[in-house]
Amino acid sequence: MASLLNKNRPPVFCPGCSHETVLRALDRAFQNMGLCRNQIVMVSDIGCSGLFDTFFNTHALHGLHGRALTYAAGIKLARPDLQVVVTMGDGGLGIGGAHLLAACRRNLDLTLLLLNNFNFAMTGGQFSSTTPAAASIGSGFLNSIERPMDAGQVATAAGAPYVARVSAYHRNLAHLLECALRYRGFSFVDIQGICPGRYLKHNRLTPQMINENLSKLHPLEGAVAENERPEYFDAYASITARLKPAEPPSPIEVTCKPPDSERQEIVLLGKAGQRIQTAGEVLCIAGLTAGLQVTQKTDYAITVMTGPSVSEVILSPQAIHFTGITQPTIVIALAKEGIDRHRDMFSRLDSKTLLIQATGIAVPASRARVISLDFQALHLKKSDWALACLAVLAAMNKAISRAMLDAAINLQFKPPVRETVKALIHHTFTKTFMQRNACIESITENF
Amino acid sequence: MKLRLCDGNEALAWAAFEAGCRFFAGYPITPATSIFNAMLNILPPAGGIVLQAEDEIAAMGYCIGASMCGLKAMTATSGPGLSLYSEQLSFAIGSEIPLVVVDVQRLGPSTGSATKGADGDIQFLRWGTSGGLPVIVLAPVDAGDCFTLTLHAFNLAEQYRCPVFLASNKEVALTRETVDWSSMERPAIIDRAPPRADRPFLPFQPLPDSDVPGFLPLGDATLVRQTSSTHGTDAYITTDPAVISSINERMKRKVESRVDRFSYAQAVIEPQAETMIVTYGITGRAARDACKELKARGKPASLLILKTLWPVPEELIRQQTQDAKRVLVVEMNLGQYVTEVKRILKHKSVEFLGQMNGRLITPAQIREAAIG
Repeated sequence: MASLLNKNRPPVFCPGCSHETVLRALDRAFQNMGLCRNQIVMVSDIGCSGLFDTFFNTHALHGLHGRALTYAAGIKLARPDLQVVVTMGDGGLGIGGAHLLAACRRNLDLTLLLLNNFNFAMTGGQFSSTTPAAASIGSGFLNSIERPMDAGQVATAAGAPYVARVSAYHRNLAHLLECALRYRGFSFVDIQGICPGRYLKHNRLTPQMINENLSKLHPLEGAVAENERPEYFDAYASITARLKPAEPPSPIEVTCKPPDSERQEIVLLGKAGQRIQTAGEVLCIAGLTAGLQVTQKTDYAITVMTGPSVSEVILSPQAIHFTGITQPTIVIALAKEGIDRHRDMFSRLDSKTLLIQATGIAVPASRARVISLDFQALHLKKSDWALACLAVLAAMNKAISRAMLDAAINLQFKPPVRETVKALIHHTFTKTFMQRNACIESITENF
Repeated sequence: MKLRLCDGNEALAWAAFEAGCRFFAGYPITPATSIFNAMLNILPPAGGIVLQAEDEIAAMGYCIGASMCGLKAMTATSGPGLSLYSEQLSFAIGSEIPLVVVDVQRLGPSTGSATKGADGDIQFLRWGTSGGLPVIVLAPVDAGDCFTLTLHAFNLAEQYRCPVFLASNKEVALTRETVDWSSMERPAIIDRAPPRADRPFLPFQPLPDSDVPGFLPLGDATLVRQTSSTHGTDAYITTDPAVISSINERMKRKVESRVDRFSYAQAVIEPQAETMIVTYGITGRAARDACKELKARGKPASLLILKTLWPVPEELIRQQTQDAKRVLVVEMNLGQYVTEVKRILKHKSVEFLGQMNGRLITPAQIREAAIG
């Protein structure tokens, strides 16, 4: 096989730079593997390691500092058949630390070559995440009070199944690189070398010293038994092959008639855990079963099981534009948290508004017609209150009919939840319809 | 006609799939997360890839890699994530990488309020990258727009080889509403054009009569180079000022000079009206109701809802406002797009109504401001 180096752009590293040694070893590894130019993508980023993509005549992507692993993953997932090789410096290692951890944990079949020369060469020799504390570098004393990291140990701890730490001057470097390239999974090679342009100006470092330093460390020589596992794309493909295609939102058959032709603006005020949004969605679906236009504007805290939850639902025979509600026809007030969000709304309510409130919950004064529901007498838990209020509306044939509600529940819930909700609705409907006085504590106006 | 119940994020995800999107990477963030959820339901069974990124910088990087292999890629975030997208966005802009980027805006600044709506990123979307080259930004009003504009966004990204933003809003994204799925407007799908076969491939050589280079994916027979560095047509670094300015000016021209081809908007001109309301996004819905009420009260106002925000559709804005004596710009921020309208309509009275408190601007507020 011929060299895959770019004949038109010969390497222009500083004289004596270890990067050139690695470049030539990598070229030999490619040749030994019999790879063609178009089977390889060199992915690099900023720093002297970012010259690799230029010096190889292969597919190449050169991007932002420390981000090479992100492009490489996108490429490999799109084209699993390609040999994707990432070169990164110790600068990129630091700024792209999160990407290294993610690549180790993910185990996508990429090879990361860390061209570790212990400093930021291009910007003046500042310290990187691997610069020894004793080194004299372009960041004054700052490196002396930080601790360098052992990238190999980090990669191992993060789950990389293949980790090697080698000297750029290792006589079998090409073979070592080939082993990493051939590994099916994420392979990481920390290649330690010398930067003559910057680092050597104020520090002494020889291949011999690199070997000595490496010999003091726990050796990392390739496959990490405890981290070996199926490659990411293989695992992804085997899971996704079994998945059923997704379906867009289902069309809803018009099977009911709305109780009247009025536009209904319904505000549900509650708290997380009361199924306020679920009740809002059931209202919408009920509207759809009667051929109405609907909107459901939501407002809830990002916390789960605590905090306010508000749902504003509009049901209308005409197109709905503005989705907010300032003058509701129906307010369902079930918890202080939600009421507090719309405290200013109550003074605007008039006798055209129906206010359904839970007994014992303080609701601001208003001129609305009030139905106060004693949920304890109904033996309902808080998570059922909102849905029960829909049964009350159905019992009154207000906004929704019983047929609309039943149809919506059939569409919204799957067994066994469906049966529970149906029982709840039936229970509330019967109680409020047949034995109104037992459960409805006060009604300001007959309906 | 059977209607469906759907929110903006879900409509957007399905449109992405219909547009041919087969790669999605994102980092969870309210109120954009349900796009991620929907894509995770849709793409993997269809042979597509969904990746949960370790951060938003990575999400963009994954999309860039996939797009350079020829896949249509999308990511979605909100303000805090858009901030992290910035460096990779400038790569996608400057290196002509097709992408669709959804910004489901929430109340800022900073982490702000995760579940409150806003249109606070409108200038940030345009200017939030180094180099300041133009981008395309489309703004949906409702779930139907989330669908149609997403199809347009993919088409534009492919056609002009650039990132295209969808400036959504929590109030569009998470509001469920009736949609008529089968009669939604569906533009024909456009794919990126290959280079001329009769010439050696140069990654940044525009096609004849076009300012857009032909695309070849990484990994096929012809070697492809891509770079974030200042480059010539061969994708190698250049320091030649003539080459550099020619490429940068071409990238500016390719979208700005063609905005008339994708100036999406909805206008309702009232012949008797002196005032025209100019707005976009969720506020367009309140403005529709406000105009209906104004007309009923015998004080009609015209309405222009812009759906292409960047590049500024200057010609469209000039034409639509030509009979208006007074223009009222309404937006869910403290005044961002109004500066563009004022710049274009130098000799008209341009007023502003806006708020930044997480609440929708109501039809009543617009009505009062329109009456003046």
